Amino acid sequence: MRLCSIVTTPVLLLLPVLAARAQSEIPENIQIGLSTDQVSITSDFSGAELTIFGALDNADPLVARQGRYDVVVVLEGPPRAVTVRKKTRVAGMWINTQSVIFRDVPASYSMALTRAPQDITAPAGYRQLALGAGNLHLQPLDADGDPKTIEEFTRALRERKEAQGLYSTRAGGVRFLSQSLFRASLRLAPNVAVGTHRARAFLFRNGMFLRETSAQLTIRKAGLEQRLYQFAHENSTLYGVFAVLIAIVTGWLGRLIFRKD
Amino acid sequence: MSVNVFVLLAMGGAVGFLSGMFGVGGGFLITPLLIFYNIPPAIAVATGANQVIASSFSGALAHFKRKSLDLKLGTVLLAGGIVGASLGVSVFAYLRRLGQLDLIVSLLYVAFLGVVGGLMLMESVRAIRRSQGGQTVTLRKPGQHNWIHRLPLKMRFRASKLFVSVIPVLALGAFIGFLASIMGVGGGFIMVPALIYLLKVPTNVVIGTSLFQIIFVAAFTTIIHSTANQTVDVVLAFLLMVGGVAGAQYGARVGQRLRGEQLRALLALLVLAVALRLGFDLFSRPESVYSLSVGGV
Repeated sequence: MRLCSIVTTPVLLLLPVLAARAQSEIPENIQIGLSTDQVSITSDFSGAELTIFGALDNADPLVARQGRYDVVVVLEGPPRAVTVRKKTRVAGMWINTQSVIFRDVPASYSMALTRAPQDITAPAGYRQLALGAGNLHLQPLDADGDPKTIEEFTRALRERKEAQGLYSTRAGGVRFLSQSLFRASLRLAPNVAVGTHRARAFLFRNGMFLRETSAQLTIRKAGLEQRLYQFAHENSTLYGVFAVLIAIVTGWLGRLIFRKD
Repeated sequence: MSVNVFVLLAMGGAVGFLSGMFGVGGGFLITPLLIFYNIPPAIAVATGANQVIASSFSGALAHFKRKSLDLKLGTVLLAGGIVGASLGVSVFAYLRRLGQLDLIVSLLYVAFLGVVGGLMLMESVRAIRRSQGGQTVTLRKPGQHNWIHRLPLKMRFRASKLFVSVIPVLALGAFIGFLASIMGVGGGFIMVPALIYLLKVPTNVVIGTSLFQIIFVAAFTTIIHSTANQTVDVVLAFLLMVGGVAGAQYGARVGQRLRGEQLRALLALLVLAVALRLGFDLFSRPESVYSLSVGGV
């Protein structure tokens, strides 16, 4: 192939033109596939790697060979209302004194990229797509609050989520296996939220955003724990009675097994 | 939240060992330990209450067999306890919404453990000194009355050989129930001295009666917490119970070999240590001044 291209220089010069024409007819497309649409976590879950495979359709071989396709894959946790509290020192003790409620905060946000974010596209590009934990639109419930406070708490919210490993960015987390096939590895934090997560993949060429695709992933607790979790939330009184019965039986059995009198 | 099964079993075992050794429920140790293990205080409290049922039930059975419990007194205490616990659970939910639950739980623990531990330490040190001098100590002086015995609505409790007003009994029950639901304890460490010193209940029925009413108050608290706050974790509680029930048996055996006042001095030191640690956390600068909680009410 290389030999061929050296010999046929004029053809090579023509290629971009041809490719451009081909593109206007059939544009590149991106697809991702999850090996499973459900992940079960156990109580001793200590985090895991999630691998997402994807492919580019109609990739321009030349652009691909020069490594100018970039892919960003994001796994976004279910949105939830979150209260951010701030402690200040009162009479020597650290006490929660201020709080701001945010609505629809993604429980987690892990991003994997083919390269460092600044090497893929300009910050404005990420902002437009609301891509990256820093560009998430975090909205306070009370939008009329002091803008300075809201800014401070928004920053704190991101910072805490990062500290908990829930918001993460991994440059180099997406690798091309061939010209059109790629693999993204994302980190599921030990405290990952149960619920429906959304995986999204963004395709860039020469720093230009082309296309986006998405898939869903349900994260749930494994077997018994899932049933208990559901039970506790759907039939909470009955669950309480059940908890009491277990305690009584355990206490009684303990007495039977160990009794001395 | 991910926790280690063996750590929990060991934790339950250690607390069970101590509770068997000292004859206490151990709820006041379980909840702080869970908090030290980074379990959110709301879950630590409700799960602690659940765990307490198992150890009190096991203990109360033994007393029931020996007839060393006063069912009538226990039932009146329980009536007060249910009222106090219901109130406590609503206060709990309110504090949680305010974001002040962790603070209040810690403060209550520091205050109660500090006072109870301090008093116990003083009392046991005095007892150790006295026993070295060769004197014996009696806790109850029959015939001696205080203001409590002048209140109206008197009731006779045969097993305790008591004739007192129901008002202080109900009030004590309610107070313990309130604390039980907020702190996730059975309340034995307050109930036992209160019955002995305030109501002058004979020592031999005190522990059985206290355990009897704790079972029901803790059961009630568990159900209410589960309904109102969904903060009971059965798996967590079960692991603690298994460790606790097993540990208690060995603790009781060791406890029989130690002398009463030395045992009380040891327990007092332990209680003070837990209070100090919780107090230290209140005053030391947190890792981050910001914290997140899911939900926004």
